[in-house]
Amino acid sequence: MTEAKEKIRQFVISNFLFGQDNGLTANASFLEQGIIDSTGVLELVAFVESQFGIKVEDAELIPDNFDSIDAVAAYLGRKRPTHK
Amino acid sequence: MTFTRQSLAIDPAKEAERISEALRRFLSKDLHRRGLVVGLSGGVDSSVVASLAVRALGKDRVFGLLMPERESSEDTLRLSEGIARALGIQFAKEDITILLEAAGFYRRYQESVATVVPGFESNWKSKLVTSGSNDPAGFTVFSIVAESPNGNRIQKRLPLKAYLEIVAATNFKQRIRKMLEYHHADRLNFAVAGTPNRLEYDQGFFVKNGDGSADIKPIAHLYKCQVYALGHYLGVPAEILSRPPTTDTYSLPQGQDEFFFAVPVEQLDLCLYGKNHGIEPEAVANAASLKAEHVRAIWKDIDRKRATTRPLHLPPLLVEKVSEIQLNGEAPKI
Repeated sequence: MTEAKEKIRQFVISNFLFGQDNGLTANASFLEQGIIDSTGVLELVAFVESQFGIKVEDAELIPDNFDSIDAVAAYLGRKRPTHK
Repeated sequence: MTFTRQSLAIDPAKEAERISEALRRFLSKDLHRRGLVVGLSGGVDSSVVASLAVRALGKDRVFGLLMPERESSEDTLRLSEGIARALGIQFAKEDITILLEAAGFYRRYQESVATVVPGFESNWKSKLVTSGSNDPAGFTVFSIVAESPNGNRIQKRLPLKAYLEIVAATNFKQRIRKMLEYHHADRLNFAVAGTPNRLEYDQGFFVKNGDGSADIKPIAHLYKCQVYALGHYLGVPAEILSRPPTTDTYSLPQGQDEFFFAVPVEQLDLCLYGKNHGIEPEAVANAASLKAEHVRAIWKDIDRKRATTRPLHLPPLLVEKVSEIQLNGEAPKI
């Protein structure tokens, strides 16, 4: 897993799952699994903005970009093409 | 049998009788109280609850509470006093502005909004809106709409901290009102009636220990159109019946569908009923003038809201069951 992906994974586990990873996979849908609700998405956005130094625009706040570890990592890849 | 709006129709006379009988039974057998306190907002739900209470118990056993504050719509006070007088019940007006000031509501709210809308002052108006109505399959994004005294409107997406603080502040309104309802109930040896309809109850659209708290919720099983049907039958004034559902929580008028529900209540009635009764999405779509894929997305949103708001319904969680105390109105095993 890339460094960014691992950071995202760790954040989700510690912030939403109280440290229990429960077999969380990189492509598991947060919404379907009930891991994250609308308030949770804002926490994820705040984390991603401060951790990776980006600004998430309103139009980017969609499940395609935020609904799984893979989705967030891919979104970051597009926002910061020079980083891993 | 084609699914239409008519499929939700009730027999209002029968339903009124069923609810009246239940109110009398709950008060005498379960609650041991002599009447009901009803917070009146001038909306159809609380007006129907008060009317049902009077029908069941007589006007001497129903006490109305009007609880306006600085940001309440003017219609609220006029219509709520109107229904109280029409029903002939005892009622009191308790202005909660000073209580809200003491709790720091106005200051906390203004400070939180100002972190997102610089220059936001207490003489501005504002409301919370969600993006949910445009794309129920996506995330719900909360924004603040702020209007300056000269009429300029700004809309900004809320970061988490500001969103939580704003909701935590406005929740004072519901909780202070419920505190007053229970004060009068205790004073009169009455119980407190809650006024949620089925959409609000099912979807968790209430404040925990605010309007979510009650001894009886007489219309929590009724879809909104069924509440209106009862309203017509019980003679609730036409002006109340034609008033659009509002939260009456923010200084700018805020529709319930702007803030919480993904679609207007007329359509949510049909979608929720259809989902609960296993109706095909295409049939629901037809009845609601929506596309079938939109209905499916709304159904997903219904499930999501149920899951997210489940904690609001839960009683206190116990590490170990105390079996001598039975909840759910079952008599304890002696």
